[in-house]
Amino acid sequence: MIVRISGEGQFDVPESHVGELNRLDEDLTKAVDSGDEAQFKSALEALLTSVRSAGEELPADWIGPSDLVLPSPDSSIHEVREVLGDEGLIPG
Amino acid sequence: MGLMRRFSSIFKAKASKTLDKYEDPRETLDYSYERTLEMLQKMRRAVADVATSRKRIELQAQQLQRSAAKLEGQAKQAVTQDREDLAREALTRRQAIATQLTDLQAQHDQLKAEEARMVEASRRLQAKVDSFRIRKETMKANYTAAEAQTKVNEAISGIGEEMGDVGLAMQRAEDKVAQMQARSGALDELMATGALDDASMSSDRLQAELDRGFAEPAVEAELARLRGELTGGSTTAKQIDAPDDTPVKAPAETPAEAPVEEERR
Repeated sequence: MIVRISGEGQFDVPESHVGELNRLDEDLTKAVDSGDEAQFKSALEALLTSVRSAGEELPADWIGPSDLVLPSPDSSIHEVREVLGDEGLIPG
Repeated sequence: MGLMRRFSSIFKAKASKTLDKYEDPRETLDYSYERTLEMLQKMRRAVADVATSRKRIELQAQQLQRSAAKLEGQAKQAVTQDREDLAREALTRRQAIATQLTDLQAQHDQLKAEEARMVEASRRLQAKVDSFRIRKETMKANYTAAEAQTKVNEAISGIGEEMGDVGLAMQRAEDKVAQMQARSGALDELMATGALDDASMSSDRLQAELDRGFAEPAVEAELARLRGELTGGSTTAKQIDAPDDTPVKAPAETPAEAPVEEERR
């Protein structure tokens, strides 16, 4: 599957790695719900590192949509909430 | 739903809004290409804005460094004059400037990182623009309605997503630059009014006090010389009134206050 790390580029991640991403996403979701910035930073970094190591970066001239888009590495909880907009943290 | 999926769906919804879709996908291809070019131009302007902001911070830092060096010199001058109070004053102010400099350095590093990210994003967008230009012509030439549903849409949403991402990066950079400009403006004002290095007196007054430390002995000597000339010229009259008039023979170092007070008594 194609995963975009916002501000960084797109990666081709094998389907077999999706379970691992979902597990890391659970930690990230918990961190955002609790509003703990430090916890959020480390959870986001863990998720992005996992994408970078398991996936292969696509060349800059590759054009195609991503299956998943992740916040950029230096995002704050505030910035992520801003993108989520009015939906805030209420699960969709 | 996890954050990853929610973030993805909202991001993609926003990205697809940046490209209006025409009825004929071939038109949408051309339109998307135009929009991408516009985006690239905007991106270059944004990079220039960040660079301007960074340079302004560099200038402010240089100015603060000069102030700090000047205060250091003044502190030394005060110590040679045995004016510990003035030395403390100068060093306190230099400390305040050092704090400001640390803040500026942090802002500078942030802007530099932002600038590098944007240059990198421009490079990626440029690569996509070039590749998209070739691809859209091929697609238009070999256009079939069936293909339009898949390949064209894929290319368009791919380019839309890239623009959404670049748009987000630009928004972030603009916010940072705006914050930085507000802070730079405030700092400029502080430096202009001298409030920044003002612990209890202005930098000029500190210098004036130090200068007085050097000037006073010279003034005293001049004063003594004048007195000497005047009393020498009308010796008889003076001597009748005050035979023990000391200022005539006063050494240059004697403070002016002492003889004046004596005369008043």
